[in-house]
Amino acid sequence: MTDDAVQVRDVVVRYGDTTAVHGVSLTVPRGRVLSLLGHNGAGKTSLLQVCEGFRRADGGQVRVLGLDPMDDHDELMPRLGIMLQSGGVYPWATAGEILRLFASFAAQPLDVDMLLDRLGLRRFERTRFRRLSGGEQQRLSLAIALVGRPELVFLDEPTAGMDTEARHTTWELIEELRADGVSVLLTTHLLDEAERLADEVVIMRNGLVAATGTPAELTAAAGIDLLEVRAEPGLVPGDRLSPLKVTETSPGEYAVTGALDAATIAEVLGWFAGVGATVTSLNTRRRTLEDVYLALTKAEAYR
Amino acid sequence: MSTATMGFSRGHVEVLMFLRDRTAVIFTFAFPAMLLLLFGTIFGDQYTDAGVSASNVFSASMIAYGILSTAFVTMGAGLAMDREDGTLKRLHGTPITATSYVLGKLILVFALSVAEVILLVGVGALVFDMPLPDASHWLTFTWLFLLSVITCSLLGMAVSGIVKHARTAGAILNVPVVALQFISGVFIYPVTQLPSWLINVAAIFPVKWMAQGFRYVFLPDVMKDQEPAGQWELGRIALVLGAWCVIGLVLCLLTFRWSRDK
Repeated sequence: MTDDAVQVRDVVVRYGDTTAVHGVSLTVPRGRVLSLLGHNGAGKTSLLQVCEGFRRADGGQVRVLGLDPMDDHDELMPRLGIMLQSGGVYPWATAGEILRLFASFAAQPLDVDMLLDRLGLRRFERTRFRRLSGGEQQRLSLAIALVGRPELVFLDEPTAGMDTEARHTTWELIEELRADGVSVLLTTHLLDEAERLADEVVIMRNGLVAATGTPAELTAAAGIDLLEVRAEPGLVPGDRLSPLKVTETSPGEYAVTGALDAATIAEVLGWFAGVGATVTSLNTRRRTLEDVYLALTKAEAYR
Repeated sequence: MSTATMGFSRGHVEVLMFLRDRTAVIFTFAFPAMLLLLFGTIFGDQYTDAGVSASNVFSASMIAYGILSTAFVTMGAGLAMDREDGTLKRLHGTPITATSYVLGKLILVFALSVAEVILLVGVGALVFDMPLPDASHWLTFTWLFLLSVITCSLLGMAVSGIVKHARTAGAILNVPVVALQFISGVFIYPVTQLPSWLINVAAIFPVKWMAQGFRYVFLPDVMKDQEPAGQWELGRIALVLGAWCVIGLVLCLLTFRWSRDK
């Protein structure tokens, strides 16, 4: 077997007659962060459940740290950190008690106090779980996943329900994990999260992989898709710049859309220079991961 | 980290959890004691030929109910709840093994059962003047208690597998508990009032033997005349409970699931 942290080959997951995952393959190399993006019901969590050893795949192969998540469960678990979306924490226990309990399962747990401080949970150490807010429960859940010093962590929508500050702390923590050589497989709805954290993004749609690549690769394919020029108002290029589309969005602000490569941009600027315009500002915008994601998943969202 | 250590840290949290959930404390714990007070008071002035009051007989038999409540019901409902709310699933994603999970639950069950028995014996001794037995009877009590708790816990775990929703667990688990108590003579005294075929049915299940054993421990020897067989049958008690222990273990191994979905 290879030395990859996670290797998924043609995995199929079925619930009765419904097929949630239709043959997905992906690889998380050691020390890398892979983000699974997709709508609710795209199959992200089902795929994660198979990797986490909660259920067996109905087809295909999965190796996690070179082991089978079901058959080698007891050998694998001490090396994994798993953050579930919800549930499964003693409602009557305090945050501190819960984290200490999970720490006691690990051979060399992280310092519980340090984690409580890092995740801003110190104030809630003596608060019972059921009294914590959604975001606080989420932070505790993350702490539970990390307390055993895992080699590989599975994070299912780690920042859902968190406030901005907690989200940024979480992102920093994930970046630190990566710096320490920990491999991460996370699911998210948040494009900025994927763009900031992930070495590689896998976009899932209807149980299939719709696109895969680094955030840069996914967005670079489309290149620059908008050029904004500020000059004197009332300049009308007519069809001189066709097939590009030029609109004056407000007096003196021009938006140019179309296939914008270096030559066409030079042509656009040449035209403005030709009519003696004073160009005071120039902006280009490349496609964001969000644009790519929406284009890929739009058809499904409104079906 | 060893299975035992993990089991103990979980047992600690289990006990904490139980004590903080007041409803659970009252219903599991105080209910058998309340029934004992009621039965003992209602039938308190009836005496057997041997001069033993009915309330003493209830005090002894009711220990079987106490253990059913703390072991069978607590274990069954607790497991169904852990399975439903995802606790089991989350624990399955940690280094904990099934054995240490069950060990944690058993610690809770043992702690509760010991406390329950102390409560019931206390009520029997202080309220109904039940005399406490000598050392040799306490020895019998020890193995009987251990065997009863383990058997009831294992059967509770096994039954939790067929409970679909934790909400209904209490109701479902209490059906066999209440039915078996009536036919096993925990609430009926003397047992021989029951039709003999019903006693034969009860003899298949562990509750009759538990109650009979606790009557041996806490009642004078002459009371054996009131038993269906006219004797205490300690060997048979051990045999039947031991057999149910094995049956329970096999059922648990066959039906144990970490989560509801499958």
